[in-house]
Amino acid sequence: MKLSGAEILVQSLVREGVEVIFGYPGGAVLEIYDKILDSPIRHYLVRHEQGAAHAADGYARTTGRPGVCLATSGPGATNLVTGIATAYMDSVPLIAITGQVATSLLGTDAFQEADITGITLPITKHNYLVKKVEDLPRVIKEAFHIATTGRPGPVLVDLPKDVTVAQTTFQYPDRVDLPSYRPTLTGHPRQIERAAAEILAASKPLLYVGGGAISGCASAALAKLVELVPMPVTATLMGLGAFPGTDPKFLGMLGMHGTVAANYATLEADLVIAVGARFDDRVTGYLPSFAPKAKIIHIDIDPAEIGKNVPVDIPIVGDAGLVLADIVKVLAASSAEARAQKAAEREDWLTRVLRWKADYPLKYGQPESPTGLAPQFVVEELYRQTNGEAIITTEVGQNQMWTAQFYRFDRPRSLASSGGLGTMGYGLPAAIGAQIGNPGRTVINVSGDGSFLMNVQELATAVQYGIPIKVAILNNQFLGMVRQWQELFYNHRYSQSCLRSNPDNVKIAEAFGAVGLRATNAQETKEVIAEALAITDRPVVMDFMVDREANVLPIVPPNASLDKMIGGGTQ
Amino acid sequence: MSRHVISVLVNNKPGVLTRIAGLFARRGFNIDSLAVGETQDPAVSLMTIVVTANSATLEQINKQLNKLIDVIKIVDITDVPSVLRELMLVKVSATPANRSEISQIVNIFRAKIVDVAPTALTIEITGDESKLTAFLQMLIPYGIIELARTGTIALVRSNAK
Repeated sequence: MKLSGAEILVQSLVREGVEVIFGYPGGAVLEIYDKILDSPIRHYLVRHEQGAAHAADGYARTTGRPGVCLATSGPGATNLVTGIATAYMDSVPLIAITGQVATSLLGTDAFQEADITGITLPITKHNYLVKKVEDLPRVIKEAFHIATTGRPGPVLVDLPKDVTVAQTTFQYPDRVDLPSYRPTLTGHPRQIERAAAEILAASKPLLYVGGGAISGCASAALAKLVELVPMPVTATLMGLGAFPGTDPKFLGMLGMHGTVAANYATLEADLVIAVGARFDDRVTGYLPSFAPKAKIIHIDIDPAEIGKNVPVDIPIVGDAGLVLADIVKVLAASSAEARAQKAAEREDWLTRVLRWKADYPLKYGQPESPTGLAPQFVVEELYRQTNGEAIITTEVGQNQMWTAQFYRFDRPRSLASSGGLGTMGYGLPAAIGAQIGNPGRTVINVSGDGSFLMNVQELATAVQYGIPIKVAILNNQFLGMVRQWQELFYNHRYSQSCLRSNPDNVKIAEAFGAVGLRATNAQETKEVIAEALAITDRPVVMDFMVDREANVLPIVPPNASLDKMIGGGTQ
Repeated sequence: MSRHVISVLVNNKPGVLTRIAGLFARRGFNIDSLAVGETQDPAVSLMTIVVTANSATLEQINKQLNKLIDVIKIVDITDVPSVLRELMLVKVSATPANRSEISQIVNIFRAKIVDVAPTALTIEITGDESKLTAFLQMLIPYGIIELARTGTIALVRSNAK
């Protein structure tokens, strides 16, 4: 029996285990939408294609399964671009399917034609323009394989309308044949041995955990490593949750808004073990002075990340979880003497680092003051009332950094935040995707009043499907992080960062059919959060009127060394 | 900074050249020359890319190229005994008086005159880059009118691997 391209697409997605698609219809994808009606796949209609890409991304980050989004040709496809770039920068497995004008019209500037494979070339792991329906099953199989293996990433499949109509016999391949794509998963045994030896020889080791530890499911191995060889642990924004945030050895995030203890530890460590992290400029500060006394072990599945920003002593290419498990095996098999050799020094080191942690904690003033609520208090209250068990998405800026600092993530895949690209407007649609992928859990989008408006239309999506996400707006009527930089680095000249005439967020929520709540003091904050958490049938927007000029501290000025922290209490 | 000749086997598919050229452009790697053509296997093309880079950049070029799904194999053949060739066509001013003089230079370099006109000669020459440069130096005094080069292509010598 012959099937149309649209039917083949839907069948192939079902074969790949796809249960959910986020999308928005249009002329070039009408065939596909017609077939989706008869399929077991649940389609969520977003209100802007960017929302579809972010929702699929939030779904992927919080479930570990690939997210799928669908848009029509031309503007539908270009509206996905920011979402695809967001997923690319944070290595999120995303499948973007776009409609395209008929093959006979390609290259003629036809109505709603855009060269989306050309446009997304630098922001996808790979992409396809399918010109023959016979190629479609293989392309879908390859797309999922590429998106989810090795270093995960987005793959785009562009489908001309005539290809969705054309018919052929359907046979789904059971394996991929890509001789040019063979990611390395297990580390080289000799490098594993060397790494284990360096760990045992180190007096001041520091574990530096990134997003690769989450996509590589390395949490168990991380815990074992720290149990065998006790050492302090720090994480990047993307790595939060891979190691328990409440563990006494966890120092918090490092880098620009890192803790004093984490940043001091990088300066003093004699060994840095980087697990699935990429030495981003927001982490290292001024590169030549990053971890100046340390040898570096760098474990990464992407060989191109190793040696890209810092010289590495022991490079290990492979999956973070598998490599760490192998290192742990070697350590566990080592002699008690070998493990005891530097144990006393390591204990002194750990004590010293934990003293920094105790002496210079992240802190803020009173929960409320005449200038408004402390935004940090709001995040802490969210943490308390959810017992730290919520899935949190963030926007970008101050709201993101306060969340990273004050919500302690004990489990992987509990935080979805745009780290690499820094996309404002990510968090609300990502929360929708996260909630759909995790129906039993509380999902909260920590937002700012600027970011909230960037994809506010997705409240309509959440209302339509009764998705009970919670949006917590830290409303300072500023683009807070921009204002903070203007205060610190531009002599208080607040150019275009004031959002005084923004709308009433409670009324906005109500107009969409969501619940709108507002808190202006500490008591109301507690009540509003409790009320919001009790609502399970529709979205809630909480508007927290926070101190307008609160700053994220500590802060390391851009491109400065990590010891140049401002506001860490060390001056 | 030194010059490197990189041999890249790629899937012979539409858009592959764009993927490679785009990668070089957005990561700020400089291409001195790039030549591409089908191999004995029509599904595979060979790209010969000449780059000037320091060792860290070269490592990144290698690794980033390797990440492209359509790249099958990369070999830096700079230090491997190889045959490097480039084809150049050069149109040079020539008068009846100096035509034979130019013809002698052409013979010395084992080049070939492929077109003769009253005021110009068009010459074809193949060789490695230094030979082509030396030849060009000899012709400059006569006046170069037009010039076209293919960029280097290369194969490793049979008993050199």
